[in-house]
Amino acid sequence: MRVRAQIGMVLNLDKCIGCHTCSVTCKNVWTSRDGVEYAWFNNVETKPGTGYPTDWENQKRWNGGWKRTRSGKLIPRQGSKWRIVANIFANPDLPAIDDYYEPFDFDYEHLANAPEMTAFPTARPRSKITGERIEKIEKGPNWEEILGGEFSKRSKDYNFEGVQKEIYGEYENTFMMYLPRLCEHCLNPACAASCPSGAIYKREEDGIVLIDQDKCRGWRMCVSGCPYKKVYYNWSTGKSEKCTLCYPRIESGNPTVCSETCVGRIRYLGVMLYDADKIEEAANVPSEQKLYDAQLDVFLDPNDPVVIEAARADGVPEEWIKSAQQSPIWKMAMEWKVAFPLHPEYRTLPMVWYIPPLSPIQNAAEAGAIGMDGAMPDVKSLRIPLRYLANMLTAGDEAPIATALERMLAMRSYMRAKTVDGVRDEGIAARVGLSGRVIEDMYKIMALADYEDRFVIPTTHREQVEDAYDLRVGTGFTDCNGCSTGISKGSLFGGSKRPLKMPQEVQ
Amino acid sequence: MNTFLFGIYPYIALSVLFLGSIARYDRDPFTWKTSSSQLLRTRHFAIASILFHVGVLVIFAGHVVGLLTPIWVFDMLHVSHGAKQILAIVAGGIAGVMATIGGGMLLYRRWTDQRIRLTSSFADIAILVLLLVQLLLGLGTVPVSWQHSDGHEMVKFMTWAQMIWTFQPGAADYVAGAALVFKLHIVLGLTIFLLTPFTRLVHIASGIFAPLRYLFLRPGYQIVRSRRNAPLPPRSDADVAKARLKAAKSVRAAE
Repeated sequence: MRVRAQIGMVLNLDKCIGCHTCSVTCKNVWTSRDGVEYAWFNNVETKPGTGYPTDWENQKRWNGGWKRTRSGKLIPRQGSKWRIVANIFANPDLPAIDDYYEPFDFDYEHLANAPEMTAFPTARPRSKITGERIEKIEKGPNWEEILGGEFSKRSKDYNFEGVQKEIYGEYENTFMMYLPRLCEHCLNPACAASCPSGAIYKREEDGIVLIDQDKCRGWRMCVSGCPYKKVYYNWSTGKSEKCTLCYPRIESGNPTVCSETCVGRIRYLGVMLYDADKIEEAANVPSEQKLYDAQLDVFLDPNDPVVIEAARADGVPEEWIKSAQQSPIWKMAMEWKVAFPLHPEYRTLPMVWYIPPLSPIQNAAEAGAIGMDGAMPDVKSLRIPLRYLANMLTAGDEAPIATALERMLAMRSYMRAKTVDGVRDEGIAARVGLSGRVIEDMYKIMALADYEDRFVIPTTHREQVEDAYDLRVGTGFTDCNGCSTGISKGSLFGGSKRPLKMPQEVQ
Repeated sequence: MNTFLFGIYPYIALSVLFLGSIARYDRDPFTWKTSSSQLLRTRHFAIASILFHVGVLVIFAGHVVGLLTPIWVFDMLHVSHGAKQILAIVAGGIAGVMATIGGGMLLYRRWTDQRIRLTSSFADIAILVLLLVQLLLGLGTVPVSWQHSDGHEMVKFMTWAQMIWTFQPGAADYVAGAALVFKLHIVLGLTIFLLTPFTRLVHIASGIFAPLRYLFLRPGYQIVRSRRNAPLPPRSDADVAKARLKAAKSVRAAE
């Protein structure tokens, strides 16, 4: 057992209103630069749809994530180390920029400067790559917003696997939901595994996956390795970039920009303790449908005295253990089992989890006949097919999704009974395997979602890795003369060795 | 002039190559990259890039082995000078044609595709043009070599290269009588060495060393970075079981 801590995220899709505030604030902070105009570390997709980049979920096409070979070995789906190196001159699985979209801006100035004309002046689009006129925009970052485009195209959505999808093309039966996506900061990241330069690493202290910009050489294997297509190649700097989970904010105990600005208050951040020794075994479970359970087994109970003792021995700070005990992620993923990993079948053990959305009753419009399961509506008659959600969150296993949705419906019924009728109906809670007290806690965290309940983020303990005495006359500047590293260390050309300690690779 | 170009210029070029590369790697590693443009246009990229890279690497390895291996090694292996030259012409010729076709396609792509041309630096285009000229000059030496097939001229170039590499004076004299196309090929080759630290060509070094590290030195697939000073002591399943037992006992004792 090797205890490590990770900052995990849960997104409550039941409350996502698709306002894109997360995407926009993220873009303003991180990717409003040359070379990454097309990149969205966070984006919100309307589902069903093929998403961004187009068809990203189809790993038959992109070969992202991991695969289990017939001999039981776990290798990146794009190939073992040898195959990856052999493809170094031209990556056969790399999406082109047109699979995302050609970034564009508009000639806004023309609106102000246009001479007197017979026609009203317009702001026409211009490519952000070449600066040249684009006559027709073919694709954008959110091209299928609110079910835009024909059903025949949108229904190529991978999550329709095993669903009789034709009826959902009819106006009366259609459904939709939003899926905000960011880097999953996986326990078993395929991007890091694919990097021949060893530039991508996972941080031991908080599990954030980062790209060392000084070590990245632009081989682009991470872009194709990541099944979520959340590593982007910056065509201007020639380096890959990805979501950093806003680590400067996380280190100081603040939520990420996307979480902080979330209008629907759907995002949660908290600590999860996990057993690093179990990762490989969990990612290599033969059955894809068992991967969700296998990942649950990797997590360690922060209230177990043996785990606490081991965590202390492994250098997890006391405050982090305490945060793990109060973690909203632990409650939703482990105790209530209402949150699920996105596409566990990619075998990356992702750490951004999702609460599936409830949806209106499918047949309610028809003859007033609502499928009821006792006092509650039957989750099988919800408008969004169970199988669709299961394909997205549990590799097709419908049972855990049904339980989660039933618990969310039970929470509504219970709270309705409590606030409207003034009755604490333990029967409702018992039917979904919970108690009234747990349901009230669920209600507090999932429905009310106060700031301090959503974000339980301990600060990084800098004092444990740096000697403050040595830093006392530092001004925050480095001695580096215009170099890009921002780190002062011994070099060929002199320069003093600073005590600032950088993280090193561990074996 | 001959002494400068073939006796002194090699040292200037190689010094700039090594010192310049080391300085760049040390001081500005952020700029050390392949500058791939595959993202911007995938069409025809794979075939062009693979032809070019494989061709150039074969040629490069051929030059290193062919020029720097002492001639007595070949004599010991009973490889005649003529046979070695034929091998060099055939292997180098095939690889040269591959690289020239691939490089030509890449240059055409870089020049005509607006996305790539407008995002290219002057150095990106210039170095590709220089490499293509060098490839054509290299192919241009084939007919000349064919005329003295006993390998005599080739041995002169080997002697020259090995004398340069071992700091012996008078190396330039061995190239003095060579055909113009050889001289141009050598001077341009040295110039490319000279320019390497200032262009994207530095990625060649990473292309050679990174895969070796990835394939042979990196255990497993994952990389974790830690702030701790020393690795943690191992903890076996037995240790965990013991701790569990102890915890259970203390609970019982408390009851």
